[in-house]
Amino acid sequence: MADIVNTEPKAAEAVPRRRASGIAWRILERLLSLTILLLIIEGGIRGFEVPPYVFPTPSAIGVALYQGVAGGTYLPALAVTLTEILIGFVIGSTCGILLGIAMVQVPLLDRIVYPYVVGLQTVPKVAIAPLMIVWFGFGISSKIFIVAVTCLFPSLINTIAGLRAVDSDRIALITAMCGTRAQLLRYVQLPNALPYIMAGLNTGIVLAVIGAIVGEFVGAKTGIGVLILQANFGLDLASMFAVLVLIAVTGVVLNLILRLVETRLCFWSGKATK
Amino acid sequence: MTAASPARPETSHALEVSAVGLTYRTSSGSVEALRSITLDVADGEFVSVVGPSGCGKSSLLKLILGLERATRGSLAVDGRKIAGPSRGVGAVFQAPVLLPWRTIEENVLLPADVMKLDRPRATERAHALLQMAGLGGFERKYPYELSGGMQHRASIVRALVHDPKLLIMDEPFAALDAITREQMATELQRIWMDSRKTVMFITHSISEAVFLSDRIAVMSARPGRIVDIFNNRAPRPRSFADLLSPALAELSAEIRRSLDLACAA
Repeated sequence: MADIVNTEPKAAEAVPRRRASGIAWRILERLLSLTILLLIIEGGIRGFEVPPYVFPTPSAIGVALYQGVAGGTYLPALAVTLTEILIGFVIGSTCGILLGIAMVQVPLLDRIVYPYVVGLQTVPKVAIAPLMIVWFGFGISSKIFIVAVTCLFPSLINTIAGLRAVDSDRIALITAMCGTRAQLLRYVQLPNALPYIMAGLNTGIVLAVIGAIVGEFVGAKTGIGVLILQANFGLDLASMFAVLVLIAVTGVVLNLILRLVETRLCFWSGKATK
Repeated sequence: MTAASPARPETSHALEVSAVGLTYRTSSGSVEALRSITLDVADGEFVSVVGPSGCGKSSLLKLILGLERATRGSLAVDGRKIAGPSRGVGAVFQAPVLLPWRTIEENVLLPADVMKLDRPRATERAHALLQMAGLGGFERKYPYELSGGMQHRASIVRALVHDPKLLIMDEPFAALDAITREQMATELQRIWMDSRKTVMFITHSISEAVFLSDRIAVMSARPGRIVDIFNNRAPRPRSFADLLSPALAELSAEIRRSLDLACAA
C-alpha cells in the first residue's frame, strides 16, 4: 500500500440534475448487466462442476450473505469496521489537509516534514499493523490509527498540489487589493484546492477500507476482517465471498457519497472561466 | 493636436510618474526594462499608453499597482508615494480573473471583503455599478454563465467597487473579437463619463487609444521610454465613426508614425 496518490481534479459532470427516467435507466442498465454476469458464472460453475471449496456459485454466495445478515453476525461486524473506517478517515484526512496548508504556508516546515511523510507512506501498513496492536490493543483504536495513517497521505499531497496550482493572475488580483497571505488562502487558494482535496478524499476513503481490513487481519476482536479470517479457516468460501461482497458494496457506497458531495461543493470545477 | 510636453498646467495629479527606471537582475546579467519614464496624469483624465510588445508597458503597470518597486525615480498616487499595493488604485487585467466559485455579485464585492469595507454600503454601490455596466439581473449568476464581454464588464465593476482614485487597465479587451472590443470600448467611455475616474489604459490598438483617450503616450521598445505624448481634444461622447474625421484620422496617422519609429529604434 505504498501508493503515492496525486489525482487531478475530475471535470464535474455537465448536468447536475438528470431527469428521473435517466436515473432509472442507469440503475436498470447496471442491474441487468450484473444479472447477466452472475448467470454466466453460475452456469459456468454448474456446467464444469467446479467444487464449492474452489469457487462457490453466486447463488450459494447469496444464500450465505442472507444467512449472515439475517443471523445477526454480519451487520454488527460491519458496524465496527465502518466505525473504524469513518473515524480514521476523518482524523487522517483532517490532519492531512491541515498539515498540507501548514506546509504550503511555511516552506521550512515543508522541507523538514516532507521526507518523514514520504518515509511513513513508503512503509507498508501491514508491516506497522502489529506495532499498532502492541501500542493500542485489540480494540478499535489500533484500527482507527492504521486507517488515519493510510488516509493522511492522499489528502496531504492533494491539498499541497491544489494550494500551489493557483493562477498567478489570481494572486496578483488579491495582492493588488492589499490582501494578506491569510486572505489569499481564504479567498483564492482554499477554494481553488477544493476539487484537488475532494479527489484526495475519494482515494483516501477507498484506502481507508483496505486499511481497516488489514488492521483487523493482524488483530481484532470483531469486524469484517475477522469474519473473512474465520470463513477462510473453515474453508467456507461462500461466506468469504459474501463478506467480500459486503465490504466492496460498502466501499462503493462511501465513494459514491463523496462524489455526490464533490459535485455539490465543486459545482464550478471544469467550467471554463479565465 | 501636436506632441505636447509632459508638463501641463493641471493643479492636482491622480498619478505622478517621475523619472522612473526599472532594471531586472537575471542570471544572464541585468535587463533594463524602463528608462526615465515621466508621466503625470491629471484628475479625471483618460490616458492611454501604446507601444510595441515588450516595451515594458506591463512593467510600468506593476510599478503603479505596487506589485514591484522601481529601481530609480518615484511614483505617487494622489500625492502619496507608492510603496506597495494601495487602496487608491483599481486594476483591470487582460483576463477578467473572476473567481468561478463566487457569483458575479460576490466577485464584484471581493475588494470589499479583502479591504474589510462596510458590506451593506459596498453591496449597494456594487448593484448601482452593475446596473451601469448593463449587468443588472446577473448578480446571482456564476462567471461561466456569462459571455466573455460580460465577464470583462464585471471585472471593470470589481475594479471600481472600492471607489479608487485611479483605474489601471492592462489591455483589458485584448482577448475579445473586434466587434465586441469596439462595443466594450464604447461601454467603457460611458462608464468613464459617468464615474469620472482617472484612467490609465494600456493597449496595442491605436484606434482604441484615440477613441478613448484625452492623451496618448507612445512607448519605445527595450528599454521602455516615452517617445511622444499626443493630445486628443475631440468632443465626447465619441463614436468609432468619428475616428474617420480628418482631425482624428490625422492624429491616428501621427501616432502610427511615432509607433513605427519607436518599433524601429
